[in-house]
Amino acid sequence: MTARPDLAIDVRGLVKRFDDKTAVDGVDIQMPRGQVWGFLGPNGSGKTTTIRMICGLLRPSAGEGRCLGFDILKESARIKLATGYMTQKSSFWGDLTIRENLEFVARLYQMPRLRRRVDETLETLGLSHRQHQLAGALSGGWKQRLALAAVTMHEPKLLLLDEPTAGVDPQARRDFWDEIHRLSAAGLTVLVSTHYMDEAERCDRIVYLAHGRLVTEGPVAEIIAGSGLVTFRARGAGVRDLAERLRGAPGVEHAAYFGAALHVSGPERSALEQAIDGIGRDGAVWEEVEPSLEDVFITLMARSGGDQRDHG
Amino acid sequence: MNAVTASLSRILAVFMKELIQMRRDRMTFAMMLAIPVLQLVLFGYAINTDPKDLPTAVHVEERTPIVRSLLTALETSGYYDLVFETDDPRESAALLARGEVSFVVSIPAGFTEDLVRGERPQFLIEADASDPSASSNAVARAEEIVNRALRHDLKGALAHLAPSAGPVEVVVHARYNPEAITQYNIVPGLLGVILTMTLVMITGIAMTREAERGTMENLLAMPARPLEVMIGKIAPYIGVGAVQTTIILLAARYLFDVPFAGALWLLLCGVVLFLVANLALGFTFSTIAKSQMQAMQLTFFFFLPSILLSGFMFPYRGMPAWAQVIGEALPLTHFLRIVRGVMLKGAGYADMQGAFLAIGLFILAVGTIAMLRYKRTLD
Repeated sequence: MTARPDLAIDVRGLVKRFDDKTAVDGVDIQMPRGQVWGFLGPNGSGKTTTIRMICGLLRPSAGEGRCLGFDILKESARIKLATGYMTQKSSFWGDLTIRENLEFVARLYQMPRLRRRVDETLETLGLSHRQHQLAGALSGGWKQRLALAAVTMHEPKLLLLDEPTAGVDPQARRDFWDEIHRLSAAGLTVLVSTHYMDEAERCDRIVYLAHGRLVTEGPVAEIIAGSGLVTFRARGAGVRDLAERLRGAPGVEHAAYFGAALHVSGPERSALEQAIDGIGRDGAVWEEVEPSLEDVFITLMARSGGDQRDHG
Repeated sequence: MNAVTASLSRILAVFMKELIQMRRDRMTFAMMLAIPVLQLVLFGYAINTDPKDLPTAVHVEERTPIVRSLLTALETSGYYDLVFETDDPRESAALLARGEVSFVVSIPAGFTEDLVRGERPQFLIEADASDPSASSNAVARAEEIVNRALRHDLKGALAHLAPSAGPVEVVVHARYNPEAITQYNIVPGLLGVILTMTLVMITGIAMTREAERGTMENLLAMPARPLEVMIGKIAPYIGVGAVQTTIILLAARYLFDVPFAGALWLLLCGVVLFLVANLALGFTFSTIAKSQMQAMQLTFFFFLPSILLSGFMFPYRGMPAWAQVIGEALPLTHFLRIVRGVMLKGAGYADMQGAFLAIGLFILAVGTIAMLRYKRTLD
């Protein structure tokens, strides 16, 4: 394949088999430089495995590709130097202090002016006053910020983040994403896997995986429009027990609560209205709404099956 | 920056990280220093394959000067401690059965009369042989003790009864450890045992910890190569081994007065080689184990045969051929030959070449397995 300099990630037909289980089954990704892409899909759908293959940590069973112009099969050492990979539940060393963690990373990348680089990073992080605390004593949000600082300290061109905000409080998640957009504005390409819809909506494009296959891909608005979904929302005192009665009715693809409201979605408006009439409209106020990204993904997940972790 | 200095600086990075982590894990750090001291004191002072003052019951049915001088001879030999005297054979048998005494010495009525008449009366020693090594020396000396005692008493008219010397005088020289001091054998051996136990376990755990805490993926995602991580992580423990070796050698010299007949440099070469062998093994275990617990179990799986089949606890030559084959594959077996050879016999490199070579082969084999497995850890 010819190298395309405009693409940060350009992989085709990636396959990864573990023994007889196929974790990733023919994934193509062409991601331009400078964008922020969201990587979505149920647990076990192959997101982590794909990311590992992209950054050269895992050797694909089949397929080929380039990451930042380097061959993912032959040039993994150079890919590692030019990418920052924040692993799932990324924990740096809890028995090292914040400063020691950063110094270790700086040494591994042989950064010149090591002390100043670490000082600067601590400054940007706002952790200068806590630099001698053990990293293990940090809260979840700060741990993630430390990890992000550690994987960006060598100024990579591409950032791969694997569920960076799992288990982090809402404010810290927002701060984390502000940081991602700041990095992106500075020219970094970011591929981030997540389960949070509000985070997915902040991405330029979304890639959705299920069972190791790429199911859909595109900007948020396009994915919603392309789903062909119609959604009705019910509010009121009586909605609590409506979902059970609507699930499985003809024309209803999913019925799920969004806070206190009930969302019911299906591919056809008339069938959906019929189903709602079937259970009666008493005690609830119904109105048609624009399907949200979450409506689309719940439907996609329902179509492809839920939790797919089965390869250990 | 060329490739070699780049590689060296990455090794240094891992090395320094490891040093900090080691210093912060106070429990393990204390254990690494306490284990050699504790085991030296325990094994060095507690294990004795030539036990003396073994409790003995005496069952005598007559008291004559000759009987009395026989009993005194037993007592003064140092092996027998006559703690109990009875004329009831059932009582002495019960003592032996309960393990309260190791021996029962029986002298029947008429012993002296038979002796004087030249009828070679029986002097019976019943030994608790459930632990043969405990009683074997005492039993072996019994005849000599008795005959020497009689030689004193059978004089004058009784002189013809004195046991005559055999046609050949048997002379036994116990070489290298003429007084059969157990510590001369145990303490140098402990050097190998302690290094095996602490180093295999600690490297195994240190590496598995990275995998267990999910930091191994961080390491591999950064530019460090597997070999660099391995060297950087192992190097601090070579320092630990050096400290342990110093403690044990000092204790051998000043606490146990173990002689040092050979060259120190040769012993230290052996120690370094042996250290590397154990660290490589610990590293290999860490690539197999999925948790720190499993790494620990693997260590003990290896540690037991090392102790039992290497010649540390039981004589190597006493083992059947198949067990000797297993023993030959263990680095501890060869290290024991080096350490005992150099310290006690003053052996030179030429004598020890085989042992050095064997440990070198072990390192090569285990190191290859480690590298092959380590590369695959994420796959």
